[in-house]
Amino acid sequence: MKDQDISKLEQKFQEKIDNDIKIEPRDWMPDDYRQTLIRQISQHAHSEVVGMLPEGNWITRAPNLRRKAVLLAKVQDEAGHGLYLYSAVETLGANREQTIDDLHSGIAKYSSIFNYPTLSWADMGAIGWLVDGAAIMNQVPLCRCSYGPYARAMVRICKEESFHQRQGFEIMTTLMKGTVQQKKMAQDALDRFWWPSLMMFGPNDEDSKHTAKSINWKIKRHTNDELRQMFVDATVPQAELIGLKIPDKDLVWNKERGHYDFGEINWDEFWQVVKGNGPCNNHRIETRKKAKENGLWVIEAANAYEQKRKIKKVS
Amino acid sequence: MNSLFEYLLRLGDDSLIIGHRLSEWCGHGPILEEDIALSNIALDFIGQSISIYEYASEIEDKGRTADDLAFLRFDREYKNLILLEQPNGDFGMTMMRQFLFDSYRKLLFESLINSCDDRISAISIKSLKETKYHLKHSSEWVIRLGDGTDESNKRIQDSLDTLWRYTAELFYEDDIDIELKSSKIIPPMKELKEAWYNNVKEIFSRATLTIPNNNWEYGEGRRGVHSEHLGYILAELQYMQRAYPGMEW
Repeated sequence: MKDQDISKLEQKFQEKIDNDIKIEPRDWMPDDYRQTLIRQISQHAHSEVVGMLPEGNWITRAPNLRRKAVLLAKVQDEAGHGLYLYSAVETLGANREQTIDDLHSGIAKYSSIFNYPTLSWADMGAIGWLVDGAAIMNQVPLCRCSYGPYARAMVRICKEESFHQRQGFEIMTTLMKGTVQQKKMAQDALDRFWWPSLMMFGPNDEDSKHTAKSINWKIKRHTNDELRQMFVDATVPQAELIGLKIPDKDLVWNKERGHYDFGEINWDEFWQVVKGNGPCNNHRIETRKKAKENGLWVIEAANAYEQKRKIKKVS
Repeated sequence: MNSLFEYLLRLGDDSLIIGHRLSEWCGHGPILEEDIALSNIALDFIGQSISIYEYASEIEDKGRTADDLAFLRFDREYKNLILLEQPNGDFGMTMMRQFLFDSYRKLLFESLINSCDDRISAISIKSLKETKYHLKHSSEWVIRLGDGTDESNKRIQDSLDTLWRYTAELFYEDDIDIELKSSKIIPPMKELKEAWYNNVKEIFSRATLTIPNNNWEYGEGRRGVHSEHLGYILAELQYMQRAYPGMEW
């Protein structure tokens, strides 16, 4: 294609973006836009699937039947989210299995929060409340993302995430109404998950290499720091309401800004976990790889059976 | 001993223990679609166990709740089939275990719909809908794996060889069954056996699998005598209730 033609297409594309017209799979889009979306959506899909593991860890040990059923349903929702998101990635021409192989080889990333272990039942509360809470902050604006299939997938995902967040907070509330042991368990979970939850919004704006472009393309609507602030502002009063203490000595309400000020995130820890050195990185990826490897014979059998059936039909 | 209560424990424990085993797959399925299917089926079983234990708790009327029944009995008081506590093994082993059970459960619920006990009938109507889907899913996989590749055929044949010995127990009958049968609460189990055998034989023939030549009747799960595996299931299942007795969650 001539440079002139491309610049016309680019202009038309940017016009659509500016007028809030959704970009659909068959529309022309700049390569960079496509690659950014493939990276972001597949990363999001991987996070859903890897994210099944820390919570899956407690299904067989859930404390009562109702909690067991709810947790199972929640983890199953996450698998469903993974599925829609992989489908959205495929509309961009990417291959689902290839993106999964990239996850297994360490090329593709997923949310670092899932590299922390779930050590007690209260962690199920903390994850629902904080991790799904942070995910909602990130994802609600994505319902207005410029890429149609992603935006539409996010509408459904956000509805379910909001249910997940409420069930997490309800677990925490129940624990805080319970015995001394239960309160300690809840506080311990908050202590361990608070900072990693703040890290979920990614690096500070000045260090985020993708943000400006993504905002220009209306893939992202807010910067990392804006979203993190929204999360802190929404979550601190919830913690106070049920008697939990946020583990941040610098946390204080700033009347002038109308926001909470909070302490500095340990960015060394953040980058170490992103690079693969978190407490559970190896374990999570090994588990996913093993699931795929152990399933290969099943896929081969299903394909072979389908082949035989087609041949039988023809003859 | 209250026979109806005992029978409900058998029914409820079957759902709970197979639900527990299936839930172990969550996050480890061979493909995402199957991860969803297995968790979904596990969830159906946990749901069934809740309705059944709730009724059992009312029948017993000693203040024990559904959760008390699920989490606070000792191993000899669980009355599930030994088949259901067998380890997941590979995906084929899980599907074979499921198929053997689903094909029995479907017949059972079809009969229990006509129970003169209204609650059992209502539970069965709801559970039968689920069970039909479960059976469709498990029998399709048994056929696919049996008639797939040489490897898959060998694997699932091995699973059948391993699990077949536990199937005689599906039609176990003792005084409890005889009493409930005479009051038309449950069907005559032995009469279901032939239908079950014909159904599984048909699927196995489509799956090119051979039924093992082993008719030894093994299994005393209904009397609370289990395999070594149940103890470990209970250790996980009961962990929270045992470690933190008497708390609300």
